[in-house]
Amino acid sequence: MFEILGITSQALFGQLLIGLINGAFYAMLSLGLAVIFGMLNIINFTHGALYMIGAFVAWMLLNYLGVGYWWALVISPIVTGALGVLIERFMLSRLRDLDHLYGLLLTFGLALIFEGLFRQKFGSSGLPYRPPAELTGGTNLGFMFLPNYRAWVISFSLVVCLGTWYAIEHTRLGSYLRAATENPALVQAFGINVSRMITLTYGFGVGLAALAGVLAAPIYQVNPLMGSNIIIVVFAVVVIGGMGSILGSIITGFALGVAEGLTKVFYPEASSTVIFVIMAIVLLIRPTGLFGRSS
Amino acid sequence: MSTQPVSHSEASPVNGTTSVVPFIALAVCLIIGPSLIYPVFLMKALCFALFACAFNILLGFTGLLSFGHAAFLGMASYSSAHAAKVWGLTPELAIAFGTLVAMALGAVIGMLTIRSRGIYFANITLAFAQMVFFFCLQAKFTGGEDGIQSVPRGSLFGLISLKSDMAMYVFVAVVFFVAFVMIHRIIHSPFGQVLRAVRENEARAISLGYKAEQYKLAAFILSATLAGLAGSIKALVFQLASLTDVTWQMSGEVVLMTLLGGVGTIFGPAVGAFVIVSMENYLAELGSWVLVVQGAIFVLCVMTFRRGIVGTASYYWNKRQQG
Amino acid sequence: MTLIKKLAVATAFMTAMAAPAFAQYSGPPIKLGVLSDMSGLYADLSGPGSVIAAKLAIEDFGAAAKGMKVDVIGGDHQNKADVGASIARQWYDQDGVDVILDVPNSAVALAVHDITKEKNKIFLNSGAATSDLTGAKCTPNTIHWAYDTWMLANGTGKAMVKQGGDTWFFLTADYAFGYALERDTMEVVKKEGGKVLGNVRVPLNNQDFSSFLLQAQASKAKVIGLANAGGDTTNSIKGAAEFGITQAGQKLAGLLVDVNDVHGLGLQVAQGLTFTDAWYWDLNDDTRKFAARFAAQNGGKYPGKIHAGVYSSVIHYLKAVEAVKSKADGAAVVKKMKELPTDDTVYGKGEVRQDGRKIHPVYLVEVKKPSESKKPWDYYKILTTIPANEAFRPLKEGNCPLVN
Repeated sequence: MFEILGITSQALFGQLLIGLINGAFYAMLSLGLAVIFGMLNIINFTHGALYMIGAFVAWMLLNYLGVGYWWALVISPIVTGALGVLIERFMLSRLRDLDHLYGLLLTFGLALIFEGLFRQKFGSSGLPYRPPAELTGGTNLGFMFLPNYRAWVISFSLVVCLGTWYAIEHTRLGSYLRAATENPALVQAFGINVSRMITLTYGFGVGLAALAGVLAAPIYQVNPLMGSNIIIVVFAVVVIGGMGSILGSIITGFALGVAEGLTKVFYPEASSTVIFVIMAIVLLIRPTGLFGRSS
Repeated sequence: MSTQPVSHSEASPVNGTTSVVPFIALAVCLIIGPSLIYPVFLMKALCFALFACAFNILLGFTGLLSFGHAAFLGMASYSSAHAAKVWGLTPELAIAFGTLVAMALGAVIGMLTIRSRGIYFANITLAFAQMVFFFCLQAKFTGGEDGIQSVPRGSLFGLISLKSDMAMYVFVAVVFFVAFVMIHRIIHSPFGQVLRAVRENEARAISLGYKAEQYKLAAFILSATLAGLAGSIKALVFQLASLTDVTWQMSGEVVLMTLLGGVGTIFGPAVGAFVIVSMENYLAELGSWVLVVQGAIFVLCVMTFRRGIVGTASYYWNKRQQG
Repeated sequence: MTLIKKLAVATAFMTAMAAPAFAQYSGPPIKLGVLSDMSGLYADLSGPGSVIAAKLAIEDFGAAAKGMKVDVIGGDHQNKADVGASIARQWYDQDGVDVILDVPNSAVALAVHDITKEKNKIFLNSGAATSDLTGAKCTPNTIHWAYDTWMLANGTGKAMVKQGGDTWFFLTADYAFGYALERDTMEVVKKEGGKVLGNVRVPLNNQDFSSFLLQAQASKAKVIGLANAGGDTTNSIKGAAEFGITQAGQKLAGLLVDVNDVHGLGLQVAQGLTFTDAWYWDLNDDTRKFAARFAAQNGGKYPGKIHAGVYSSVIHYLKAVEAVKSKADGAAVVKKMKELPTDDTVYGKGEVRQDGRKIHPVYLVEVKKPSESKKPWDYYKILTTIPANEAFRPLKEGNCPLVN
């Protein structure tokens, strides 16, 4: 085994794997954000709060209704997605003709409301949520002990991310969505209800956030602050990847997770800022992000 | 190209013949204020009012939404606190130092960000603000989570002690009034007119021969400097400088104040600041409801109240004048 | 006599009759302010529970029967030093508050500490950790109850090394409180003959500790010291359980843990965690009674050391005011509080030292396994009791100017 700067290859690979796991969350969340921005041109600041709500729905399902994790994976995105649909239908749709900054401010306000309400009800010490029995324990890989649940998170999020990318880039529905963003009037003229499509797309993006929340619940505490803690980072990920690019967000999410992981090894104090430094550099060189289309 | 993000400044005519009445009213309010309201609370409101007015130069009059203005408030706050406490500078020098630091920071960040627009501008200012936050967290002189405490208020010019809240209040009120009038003069100067032209239609302004980017940069630096002035004063009023002043939540709060008060109006941000500071004060016992109320105000302002308090008031006032 | 004069005389007569003959404090009403984090990171450890504790203390002191009017108000500093300082100032200047209680978060506590001295009021801190309050920055107006960084470091550090945990690796929250805790514990470990194998600084409010825990695991240290608090601590613990670190034999030393943190984690995850706590509800009948009364008003949640500290400090304060017969001079009342020994049903017997440090025995505890817990909130196994005079930093070592 080799050593780099005093870190053994064992420790390094362990950290890379951890980084990949974190990257999976970043990818899933930024995927939702990218879908929403790409299709709707809305900067969804509420994304973090909705991720938090997704986790809370899972928690509530378990603690109030005795419904377990596997069901929560399905129910929570649907419930939270429905909330997203309501938000889009009654609030965001009114702002469609205005500057995008208004959308940003509205969703920022909504994020505050959600966080405030949940903090009021649940405090902020965090609530425990155990991983399902089938996924507890782990495997000893030699260079680290990999909890089964985390392995599941990586694989599941990869599937979801790639599935979504495929659906948007390579199916008919996806092409309608993309066309509607380019030229809504024309698409409407073809008889497609653009308004409804936008609403459902927002709901879908929100559902993705909620799904990430359910995945996150057993790893982090279910905590009203979990949204605001992560939203700024995910924002940066989307911006680096390129605001409209689905694939860009997925790749950047995983890559930045790894970058963060490496920073944790060599210079831990900076690990929460490295993403912003990268974002600033990328924006200065390529203002629309690494994979973004120029607007 | 997107529609105008901000409402027009319907409050005052563009050619600078504004009525003096609102300013006299402001002066009167400042004078009788402390006899009705607790001076320390008033000072806090004035600091934030100045911060919001400074921010509005950029948002309301130049059309740029910066999501990282807390960097200037906080960095100036730390700098002036350090100058007063560790170097023992008299208050006016400490404040001047803090303001200069904010100006320098504004110049650096401005030069790096001014080429971006819209959302990208908001994002990149946020990124830089996060880096300033990180710096403040790590740097020894800021005291990390503890902040810089026990900052002495000292004696103004070495002669007038600012220890009593009333003395400090008079100083703060005077500085605020002067800065406020200055902002008003700048907005109604030819420079301010170019800014507004850039806000309305940058391409046209450039085609008319104006170097839009330079104007935007100047507005950015001005906005940062005045935000720094607010921060420097705040450090002496409360005798401490803390990390709250550099968080992105603080950047969000100044947006809220400006939006609520009325983007693109002169008095709006100050009014918005007063309302928000009061609300936080009186609702403090209700815990997280403060967040909910702030969020609700954001939502309401964006959905139905885009002109803000002062904007709406002046809109209806003007309508009455005309009709 | 005119009607008005008659009424005046009658009122004066009735007031004189109403005041109990043996009232020792007959001054203006006393106002206590509980300044805490009502909604954030420390809301469960402190928060509204502290207000409840203060009210219980006033009740138990029998203030009403003695003709003393005592009020409690609560305030939320939101973990921001400027908000806390604002509230403290306003309370002292405008609202007639005489004593500020609790104040978790060392940054806010230090700000309130200064303002209290400026206004010659009283600060009875139960919530914050910084041992500076009774060290170089001590003032005649502050008393530090419950716990501090020195006590935490020495209690846990010494005890764990003695039990065989002689190699340590630290996960440290990257701010002053974390450094202080890490520094104090490192000193103790080295003094006891142990070795520090390494440390890693973790950003505050970090959600995922997996990579830092991996480093701790790689170091093969027998003890992983968690120099952090609140959400950081609970997240570290969760991570350690998930990665099989505790199962593999390394012990976790929580340096600042409260019974409410354990409740939040659940025994499945927290079991085996070893730390020092200043107080536990299940120590004796008196504490159990207090806990039951407290829980009834606090939504079933039991009190932790901070809540108990608020209770204890209020009782002692009221005793001192009664003795001094006046609340006006804060420093004078605090002086009395240092003269009188403390004795209440919650913290038991103890004393307040010259430097403002309230001392009492503290307990090295281990969190029970789920199978060992027989009743709700039955979380701790008490391993040892550290006597009061050993638990806290020796008087001479603090550099407090009040100590002669």
